[in-house]
Amino acid sequence: MRHVISVHDLSVEVITDVLDRAEGMLAIARGEAVNDCLRGKVLGSIFFEPSTRTRLSFETAMNRLGGGVVGFAGTEATSVVKGETLADTIRMVSGYADAIVLRHPREGAAKLATEFSDVPIINAGDGAGQHPTQTMLDLFTIRQHMGRLKGLNISLVGDLRYGRTVHSLAYALSMFGNTINLVSPEGLEMPSEVIEHLEESGQFGIACHTPEEVIATTDILYVTRIQKERFPDPVEYKKVAGKYMIDPPLVSQGPDHMIVMHPLPRINEITPEVDAMPQAKYFIQAANGVPVRMALLSMVIGGV
Amino acid sequence: MSHKYMKVERIDHGTVIDHILPSRAFDVLRVLGLSTDKTMSILVNSHSKKGGTKDILKFEDVELSAEEANLVALVSPQATINIIVGGKVVKKFNAEAPKVVRGILTCSNPNCISNQNEPITSEFRLSPDESHRYVCAYCERDIIDLAKRISA
Repeated sequence: MRHVISVHDLSVEVITDVLDRAEGMLAIARGEAVNDCLRGKVLGSIFFEPSTRTRLSFETAMNRLGGGVVGFAGTEATSVVKGETLADTIRMVSGYADAIVLRHPREGAAKLATEFSDVPIINAGDGAGQHPTQTMLDLFTIRQHMGRLKGLNISLVGDLRYGRTVHSLAYALSMFGNTINLVSPEGLEMPSEVIEHLEESGQFGIACHTPEEVIATTDILYVTRIQKERFPDPVEYKKVAGKYMIDPPLVSQGPDHMIVMHPLPRINEITPEVDAMPQAKYFIQAANGVPVRMALLSMVIGGV
Repeated sequence: MSHKYMKVERIDHGTVIDHILPSRAFDVLRVLGLSTDKTMSILVNSHSKKGGTKDILKFEDVELSAEEANLVALVSPQATINIIVGGKVVKKFNAEAPKVVRGILTCSNPNCISNQNEPITSEFRLSPDESHRYVCAYCERDIIDLAKRISA
């Protein structure tokens, strides 16, 4: 594997390989074992946009494997504010680092970066486009708790129109053979091309407007944030957000083995009372970013 | 009172693009990006023997290559290309949608990196299904309203 750009570039074999390697890295990720397979290697971590989990977990992953990190988070103190192109920034950083992790506000930025870099590029989110390492850690979390990645009933809940996480996850899950339900407010439905893809691959469950309609048969409840700015009327936002609030009574309606996931940050779509329930896996999901990114870094830099 | 005239004259040598979708002739010209000092005839919304209307383009003393001709399919997939030599059609073929289009179109996604001031050439790939969709190689979005995205 050279670059990690889009979920569309991945195959079942590659995903399975990454997840297997990540599983082997769990103890190192927790600091319970030591591995310095990336000693002497440098990761260029260039984040043109804010990020908490993605940036910190990549940097933790690199440090846990004995490597170093250079880069920036925000463009204020860089030549980007002087008008430097992304192409030139990438050319420059590829001269300093053994791999580059890139987050950028424009869709397609990571693909562009591959054309100007001598070292592997890992896409850490490009605008509303792709965020393949998030998809990988989502799949890792599902496999970790369900023991498999196929034959599952997954309900994607919230803003399915603008949320890049759910688009990539829907495509990735469809590679394995699952039933995918889509639960979203009116106007924030899944884009038609994703729905068509699910229909064509025979994996489209139902589309509805309330989680109650799917909860009884759901194995994975994957919740995303409904952003206030999508609603011109704040009253309408409050009304919709209230309908999509995941609370203990709702979670209790699901099967005992059901898990609740969320890419975070959450605002109020999952109430804090859910955190203590055994179904709540979103903080484990966030922590899984480290072993999954360790696996990816070791594969693209170490050529393992 | 009667008028006898030919709307567009025959050509002895050159290219005729026939069966262009009505009112798409100017889009075809834009997508071809031809700059020629030769005579060019444009017939818009002409009566079609197959029913309805069509556009026709005639370029005198210009023979389009297959690669150029196929660009026509971007805006008018049913068009036919006729190469004329000595007043006769020596080659006739349908424009075939190109698998990859570089530099002629701009992405309809305003937030696509290819619309920024970066040293790259736009690239679109024909989707493998029969839907005649072109997908941006950078942002992976379908191009919307393709005829309006011609940059040539």
